[in-house]
Amino acid sequence: MIRDQEFLRDIAFYCIENSKKLGATDVGVKVIHSVSENVSFRNKKLDESNRADSFAVNLTTYIEKKKSSINSSDLSKSNLEKLIERCIDATKITPSDENNSLPDKDLMSKEIRDLNLYDETHYPNDKKIEFLKNVEETASTEEKIVNTEAGFTENKNNFILANSNGFLGGYKTSNFSSSCVAVSRINGAMERDYEFGSTRFLQDMMKPEEIGKIAADKAIKKLGPKKIKSEKIGVIFDKRISKGILSTLASAISASAIARGTSFLKDQINSEIFPNSINIIDDPKIEKGLGSQKFDSEGVETNSLKLVENGILKNYLIDTYYGKKLNLKSNGRAGGTTNLYFENGTLSFKDLLNSEKKFLYITETIGHGGNIITGDYSVGASGFMVEDGELTYPVSEITIAGNFKEMFKNITLANDLEMKYITNAPTLLINQMTVAGK
Amino acid sequence: MSNFFKETDIDTSQAEAIVTETLKNCDDGELYLENHKSESIVLDDNKIKSSTYNSDLGYGFRAVTGEVVAYSHSNDISKESLRKSSDNLKDTLKSKKGTYNHEIPKTNNKYYENINPIESKTFDSKIDLLNSVNNYLRSKGSIVNQVTANFLGEHKSIEIIRSDNQVLKDDRPLVRFNVSVVLEKDGKKETGVYGVGGRQSYDDYLKDGSWKDVCDEAFRIANVNLESKPAPAGEMKVVLGPGWPAILIHEAIGHGLEGDFNRKKTSAFHNLMGQQVASEGVTIVDDGTLHQRRGSLTIDDEGTPTENTVLIENGILKNYMQDRLNARLMGTKSTGSGRRESYKHVVLPRMRNTMMLSGKYSQDEMISSVDKGIFAVSFGGGQVDITSGKFVFNCTEAYEINNGKIGSPIKGATLIGDGPSILKEVSLVGNDMKLDPGIGTCGKAGQGVPVGVAQPSILINKMTVGGTKL
Repeated sequence: MIRDQEFLRDIAFYCIENSKKLGATDVGVKVIHSVSENVSFRNKKLDESNRADSFAVNLTTYIEKKKSSINSSDLSKSNLEKLIERCIDATKITPSDENNSLPDKDLMSKEIRDLNLYDETHYPNDKKIEFLKNVEETASTEEKIVNTEAGFTENKNNFILANSNGFLGGYKTSNFSSSCVAVSRINGAMERDYEFGSTRFLQDMMKPEEIGKIAADKAIKKLGPKKIKSEKIGVIFDKRISKGILSTLASAISASAIARGTSFLKDQINSEIFPNSINIIDDPKIEKGLGSQKFDSEGVETNSLKLVENGILKNYLIDTYYGKKLNLKSNGRAGGTTNLYFENGTLSFKDLLNSEKKFLYITETIGHGGNIITGDYSVGASGFMVEDGELTYPVSEITIAGNFKEMFKNITLANDLEMKYITNAPTLLINQMTVAGK
Repeated sequence: MSNFFKETDIDTSQAEAIVTETLKNCDDGELYLENHKSESIVLDDNKIKSSTYNSDLGYGFRAVTGEVVAYSHSNDISKESLRKSSDNLKDTLKSKKGTYNHEIPKTNNKYYENINPIESKTFDSKIDLLNSVNNYLRSKGSIVNQVTANFLGEHKSIEIIRSDNQVLKDDRPLVRFNVSVVLEKDGKKETGVYGVGGRQSYDDYLKDGSWKDVCDEAFRIANVNLESKPAPAGEMKVVLGPGWPAILIHEAIGHGLEGDFNRKKTSAFHNLMGQQVASEGVTIVDDGTLHQRRGSLTIDDEGTPTENTVLIENGILKNYMQDRLNARLMGTKSTGSGRRESYKHVVLPRMRNTMMLSGKYSQDEMISSVDKGIFAVSFGGGQVDITSGKFVFNCTEAYEINNGKIGSPIKGATLIGDGPSILKEVSLVGNDMKLDPGIGTCGKAGQGVPVGVAQPSILINKMTVGGTKL
């Protein structure tokens, strides 16, 4: 099914050798094969089955400090030969940049520890169909649910990363994911919600009944939303969206944003940007972790980093190119964060909901209203009003707005962290945001 | 024109035989072959940051019976691979029986030339132009903090082989040229972004120094934003400028009128056909036939010629946008709206160039009629929840309106509204319809496709503006 390391390595070596023959002084190459099988259901009937078999070669050639890249899905040697020639031609006439280079040899990964990222189990389509029947059976129990969709995807990946300094690494990974979308209706108005599970190993997948039930319950709870008045209020972010705060942080502390001067966190290293109770970790070495990796996308050694310690920004996310610009060594974050999470807070979810008389609890945001340069934030939102610790009624067609710099300093975390996604955060409260409604 | 079987162990007639055999008990389906070349050259931070050339080749084999779609795609165009895909499709549909619909309209129209924009401008001249952009913008003074400019060009050849040897082909050029500038003044930083593009060569958009207009516009937007004040929060009147702000139309009602969501009854519009969904005077079309536009297609990705589809006529909902599958299941015809991002993706009904047509009012009349509101000139992206109908978009250039006069610029804010009701709140339609500059990409189910939008200025009675100032 999935091609072995030897097959991918031969192509990688072919690319390196040919590039060098044509005049490349350095070469980096990645060869990937992935096979993916997806089955989707709608209203308890088979809707779609999809099989994908994909190859990719990503090649970067250097002539001293000049650099150019090609990507191709066609692995035939005749095609690669032509593309390598094209890549070298482009490299020759691309202006040089003193920061272009392969990673320093002493930073390269020598990792041999297995992180348990590959489950060779094949889940045949018949089994997927059975699984999805159960998902939808549970999701459509309630009369208010008028439409259900469910999907199951199995993914197997193998890759080789190699460069002309002798680095060679690669390994297999797998991923199983299942989702359910439920549409509820009352008095002609509809709402939609979902549940989603993703794991490295089949045996760790949520039960189908659980996926279906959560999606249906959530869709029903949203029915009959009200639009509220504009006001300043404490906003609680559900775990499904609180992780977005970490993704914003990750973009703002990437070496590229810092070096280009286009981050609202520029010059904030070693400054307090969160309350002092907050710690943020990026750990690539979690067994079975969805974001785990043995080395980064350049082959550089990658280890757990405390990005924020006691509220203080301690590290940027650094790759080779922007590291050189900033005079910093790569910390193995070419390709971004890995398993990124907030350490748990101290308040229970219940205590957080009870910490004030009234909150807005947000379960979904829409739009891309975050500006990394200024820190301004404004997105569409829906969720619930919380009064005296209870969710009282659903709310929609409102926006929440603020500035990340202020929002970061006003975060309180609950203690309900789960490692469910690649980036994970507990439920969190941000004191005083502007809600625009009626 | 690509010859997809040239360096393979299979020829066209053998491939056709596999297609016919595979689809013999199906309602529809095809073998879709794609040869896609693209390039990206980026200048950033005073340097050529990257130059990348992509070569992607593959097929997607689809079989459809009833509501069920079986799909298999691969990079490997060979007898063995096609046979494997064929077995896969037949296995999925083994318990179904359909009747193949051979009918597919033909066309002699062409909405763009078969040119390869990547090859029609030399690499050197692209690098030179990017450097000129950088120098030109930086010469505007020390407030210029960062300049990014890039070329994105592609050429896509497709071939669709249907049952019984029907073969349809298209060659599609597409380019985009973008400039982004960050200005810094008194410790405040703001961005301005502008771009142009369509289905022609780069030079059609950049010649005679018109690249400078792109730079000037990005600079102007950033400069306006340097003076911006916090945006207001709450419901108020909104005047939208002409052109690109039509992504409101795209998000608010376009997606809701795509056939799949209506067949599945998950769109807020599914039971509104023939009804008044917009104010009188509002007419909206989705047109795939505009020459050289980013969203135009000679044939869609199922081989159906595109057309100008009337969605809303004088406020009344007239048509949905359809691909073959949804059209068949809803008892109607494809509108040439079946699109896919690539051979790796299944076909979905999608928008092409979505346009609100001109009315009779001037923009000045609209602004002078507003006591308190905002005037939105340019947007970043938008998003919609099809089921609830709620949609958002982000202003990147907007101003306060006070007592009928345009006031200070305001910071980027999200505007939120309700799709099925927003068009009833459109009280004035302007006489100044404009097309967008050719930069839009629409995302749906993880697939991005190039689209266009157009509209005149419009006045909306009531929308929620998501600022921070109460």
